[in-house]
Amino acid sequence: MAAQGQRMNVTASNLANADSVAGPNGEAYRAKHLIFAARQQENGGIGGVRVRGLVEDSAPLRQEYRPDHPLADEAGYVSLPNVEPVNEMVDMIAASRSYQANVEVMNTSKQLMLKTLTLGEN
Amino acid sequence: MIDRLSAALKFDSEALSLRDRRQQVLANNIANADTPNYKARDFNFSRALAQATAGAEIGGRNISREGNTLALTMTSSNHIATQGGINSGPSMLYRVPDQPSLDGNTVSMDQERSRFTDNAVRYQAALTLLNSRIRGLKSAMQPE
Repeated sequence: MAAQGQRMNVTASNLANADSVAGPNGEAYRAKHLIFAARQQENGGIGGVRVRGLVEDSAPLRQEYRPDHPLADEAGYVSLPNVEPVNEMVDMIAASRSYQANVEVMNTSKQLMLKTLTLGEN
Repeated sequence: MIDRLSAALKFDSEALSLRDRRQQVLANNIANADTPNYKARDFNFSRALAQATAGAEIGGRNISREGNTLALTMTSSNHIATQGGINSGPSMLYRVPDQPSLDGNTVSMDQERSRFTDNAVRYQAALTLLNSRIRGLKSAMQPE
């Protein structure tokens, strides 16, 4: 769940920065993606999931011809972020579905545990 | 007395703990539904239950369990034989995917979720059975 939540965050950041021409390093924003990995499976293969890393999309930045833009280079082109809004939306919906599935799993487990706690009563 | 009680409840408690274990395995599959190269896992419940309850109880001592124990090898007559051994839990298998995916992940969300729900219902059934067994034992112990 934490992993899917983080994925949602990254997607939101990508969408929010879809038009950020200049970042802290002076370059246009690059889309970021998470890498999931199964956690170390000790004693019988139950470990959960963790986020292994955050990578930047290596796709080339979008170039747009805007000679009057203050950040335009000599040829008059401005580098825009390589965020694909459609991809990000799809990613967001997938993350939200997975998150929901995990919430349901958690709810069911909680109910079962509560029932188990009342074992032997009456 | 106590060993009779635990023997009477052994089957149900083993079934319940195996259901719990399977619940964990399926939850793990669902959690890893988006992990590249993750292979969905599961175990054969009836075989695991048969293995867990196969140990013959003689004189309150668990003589031997088949399949899932690691026994010590004795190479000298001075070695002391172990009893029980280490229980390594049910043997985990990999699920055969019904359709391949590009990222090497074999979790099928529909399958896992339906199995999870099925397992949850069966867990409740096992719980109800265990409860009624406890109630039966209790009422047998009532002085009246």
